[in-house]
Amino acid sequence: MTADTAAGAASLDNAKSMSIIVTKGTLDWAYPPFILATTAAAMDVNVTMFFTFYGLGLCKKKLDLEVSPLGNPAMKMPMMGMHMGMPPMVGMLPGVTSMATGMMKDMIKKKGVASIEDLREAAVLSDVNLVACQMTMDLFEFKEDDMIDEVSYGGAATYMEEALKADINLYI
Amino acid sequence: MADQQLDTKGLNCPLPILKAKKALTAMSAGETLEVLSTDPGSVKDFAAFARTTGHELIDHDESDGVFRFVLKRAV
Repeated sequence: MTADTAAGAASLDNAKSMSIIVTKGTLDWAYPPFILATTAAAMDVNVTMFFTFYGLGLCKKKLDLEVSPLGNPAMKMPMMGMHMGMPPMVGMLPGVTSMATGMMKDMIKKKGVASIEDLREAAVLSDVNLVACQMTMDLFEFKEDDMIDEVSYGGAATYMEEALKADINLYI
Repeated sequence: MADQQLDTKGLNCPLPILKAKKALTAMSAGETLEVLSTDPGSVKDFAAFARTTGHELIDHDESDGVFRFVLKRAV
């Protein structure tokens, strides 16, 4: 991408755009789409986020995102001076998901990383377009009432139209 | 000396950039914003932000783990 510093990128006609398909709903995977969307918006990019399947969880009014070490062999967290993973036999015990989620949220807070709530609010305030996949809303019987008001609803063709125009299309 | 100051020490990516953008939007063209950050990633980030948005990075330095950036609000 060539840097067009003199004019800035802010004129409506020249503005770059990005679409992100958000398919994951765990606490860890909520970060990449929201970080990219808010940063792009801060750099004058028009952003549309399409939430589908488990990504729909990121649209809920009350976020209850979790993370589990189970099935996540790359998850090695700083503990007691080392990086440690959790054996699957331990990961499946009751309460472990809650504990891992709590530990991750503590680390996030301690390191001054924004919460997903704050990032989502920043996205809304910077006019990031939030679209939820109508089909998976129906599939999982989610109600529009459970989702934040700023979300609109559309299908695959809605996504395609945006993607065809966008400079960057991501699938997360 | 900068027209406005923004302290983002202790905050991690993408907050320094997001907060800088918010501050710059409220400023007039030509005004300067000094940003303080402890995020080592912010060094490259602010350079990229300046190149992409046209808000010029007129000064930057580091001392004791605190990074300082001075941005000039573009037109």
